[in-house]
Amino acid sequence: MIEARSVTKQFGTFVALDDVSVEVPAGSLTALLGPSGSGKSTLLRIIAGLEQPDAGRVLIDGHDITSRPPQKRGVGFVFQHYAAFKHMTVWKNVAFGLEIRRRPRSEIKDRVTQLLELVQLGGLADRYPAQLSGGQRQRMALARALAVEPNVLLLDEPFGALDARVRKELRAWLRRLHDEVHVTTIFVTHDQEEAMDLADQIVVMSHGRIEQTGGARELYDNPANEFVMTFVGEVNQMGRSFVRPHDVEFGEGDEALVERVVHLGFEVRVELRLANGEELWAQVTREEAERLELVEGARVRVRPRHAKVFG
Amino acid sequence: MGTLIAWVLVRDRFRGQSIVNAIIDLPFALPTIVAGLTLLALYGPNGPFGIDVAFSRTAVAMALLFVTLPFVIRTVQPVLLELDREMEEAAASLGAGPFQIFRRVVFPNLFPAVLSGVALAFARAIGEFGSVVLITGNLPFKTEVASVYIFGRIESGDPASAAAVSVLLLVVSFIALLAIGGLRRRVTRHDRAQ
Amino acid sequence: MLSRYGLRFAALSYLTLLLVLPVAMVFRRAFENGVGAAWDAVTTPEAKHAFLITIVIALIAVPANTIFGIACAIAIVRHRFPGKGVVNAIVDLPLALSPIVVGLSFLLLFGTGGWFAGVPFEVLFALPAMVLATIFVSLPFVVREVVPVLREIGTEQEQAASTLGASSWQTFRRVTLPAIRWAVAYGVVLTTARALGEFGAVSVVSGRIVGKTDTLTLHVEERFQSFDYVGAYAASVVLALLAIATLVAMSVFKPKEGR
Repeated sequence: MIEARSVTKQFGTFVALDDVSVEVPAGSLTALLGPSGSGKSTLLRIIAGLEQPDAGRVLIDGHDITSRPPQKRGVGFVFQHYAAFKHMTVWKNVAFGLEIRRRPRSEIKDRVTQLLELVQLGGLADRYPAQLSGGQRQRMALARALAVEPNVLLLDEPFGALDARVRKELRAWLRRLHDEVHVTTIFVTHDQEEAMDLADQIVVMSHGRIEQTGGARELYDNPANEFVMTFVGEVNQMGRSFVRPHDVEFGEGDEALVERVVHLGFEVRVELRLANGEELWAQVTREEAERLELVEGARVRVRPRHAKVFG
Repeated sequence: MGTLIAWVLVRDRFRGQSIVNAIIDLPFALPTIVAGLTLLALYGPNGPFGIDVAFSRTAVAMALLFVTLPFVIRTVQPVLLELDREMEEAAASLGAGPFQIFRRVVFPNLFPAVLSGVALAFARAIGEFGSVVLITGNLPFKTEVASVYIFGRIESGDPASAAAVSVLLLVVSFIALLAIGGLRRRVTRHDRAQ
Repeated sequence: MLSRYGLRFAALSYLTLLLVLPVAMVFRRAFENGVGAAWDAVTTPEAKHAFLITIVIALIAVPANTIFGIACAIAIVRHRFPGKGVVNAIVDLPLALSPIVVGLSFLLLFGTGGWFAGVPFEVLFALPAMVLATIFVSLPFVVREVVPVLREIGTEQEQAASTLGASSWQTFRRVTLPAIRWAVAYGVVLTTARALGEFGAVSVVSGRIVGKTDTLTLHVEERFQSFDYVGAYAASVVLALLAIATLVAMSVFKPKEGR
């Protein structure tokens, strides 16, 4: 189990982390989710040993490793921009950690081959990183980090530099990999869809603090505050209440004018304006849109099925 | 001339261009004393052209031109290479002739690099010794340069005068150093602002 | 396209008159009395000794400046310390100083009444002073070539190496050094060229004792002043050949522009 206890970190006058405590169960896939500047990358790097906290401790399986350098922590780190060793082949990159530990040749050979198969880079062992695509480079970086059998795998916005389609593919691939390899994994992202898709546990962060920790469902259904609700999933604001678009019911309630109806395949997005001038949008299925005869200019009545108010 | 040569090297295409590019660095690779000797061989007494500029101020100028040749070229070249052609194309589409384009679009972007090269060249030139000592005859009040004067004072066992003039030279060098540093930062300022 | 050819002609003729022809003349003058005479001039004991001294100085100065240069570049780019601006300025100093002034400074430092006058072994007018002067004037090149490259490659690869278990030295040897090797090579070429060609500073501190503290460049001047023109030109040919070799090496190792 990985644990950060009361970690605080400042850069000059900027407070990156303010008394942050997190528990990551062994073998889980945890996401640190938040906007830029929330402190999530800083927390990850402190766990890795690439930064030192001003206060607080980091523990792995109960051992306090706060003062240990990254070399001695048994962490595998994957960077957003791959940090590939440009002057080494794919093979050499993956073998690096093993060569440092002076493993016997044959062992290195077996392990690297096995890993390259695992990340599906089998035939590319002699290529240089510059000759690979972004997605391939990131898979290489993962293989490299896994080669030394780390206690925990840390990924810093691993798919941030890739385009949308590759991102989705690698997401699914990472989940499958985790199911096979079972190493405790923590990854940082600002993409809530990615976090909800991949993680067993999501830690939502903002301004150096943890807003809420929980599974995807819990965060979505029971957000602890306004920030979590607006950051995780789509949300409308009606007065002081927060309403999910699919919780906007048609039939009774406040008067509203349909300004725009957008057909997004199966879903339909209905943009509304209330009598008091507030704008909101509802998410309905095609059938519902047809049944309710939702067209531009129609006058309807809406009310929230569920709403949340935060104190 | 430096700017012109840089322009030709970057914008023109001809055979042997890479050799010309390499030759630019000759004054840097060649020992200064040999440089002086070569100029003497060609443009001094017994030179094949019948020109004899030895022991004249022209000789000093020539020697300094030789040793400072690479500086402006080398600072201007990379800037010219990086220069966005589209700016020039936009100017042309707006009606500017080639000379106007150069004056209003290209040169302002090159100017910091040119200045930087000039500063480096200047710093080099005022301290130059090896190439001038042979060809200029070192006639006091006529063709003696500061460095040679200092050298003479040292040889005459008068280190005090030597030191005095050196300090003067040092001050000028120091100012040149500051100028180079400041200019270098200024040259990269609009790159960094991006 | 008249202006294109005009420009080209202007550029090439300027270069020819200023660079190419003079160097060609050196070769011609050297072999004026035949190849044999030139060879004799270059293989006199004084000439050979001068050549040896030049090589020895270079063999000390270049590795010293290379190691110092790499260490200095890493300190400047990767570490924070007070006085970094001063170090930067000092590294650039040899480029702005006249070689005579450099020589004078050494004279004053190690001469009678100087700060280092009490050093137990012979420095001035002997090899150590020449080596020191040469080290000083060829100092900046490796540093200046390596610093921008180090800046550009960033720290991520090094961080990755440390998470994979590499110690600082291992990281340096396996990741940093290979990444900067071409910059170092280019810097070494520049340093060597400077070291071999140094004249002014060495002239002042060596005392120009023929057969003892002459370098090849000093030898050229000495022969000239003794009216042995063939000797002077022949030795110049050796230096010119070294210069051409340097130019070739520079072209090979030159950092590629516009990646």
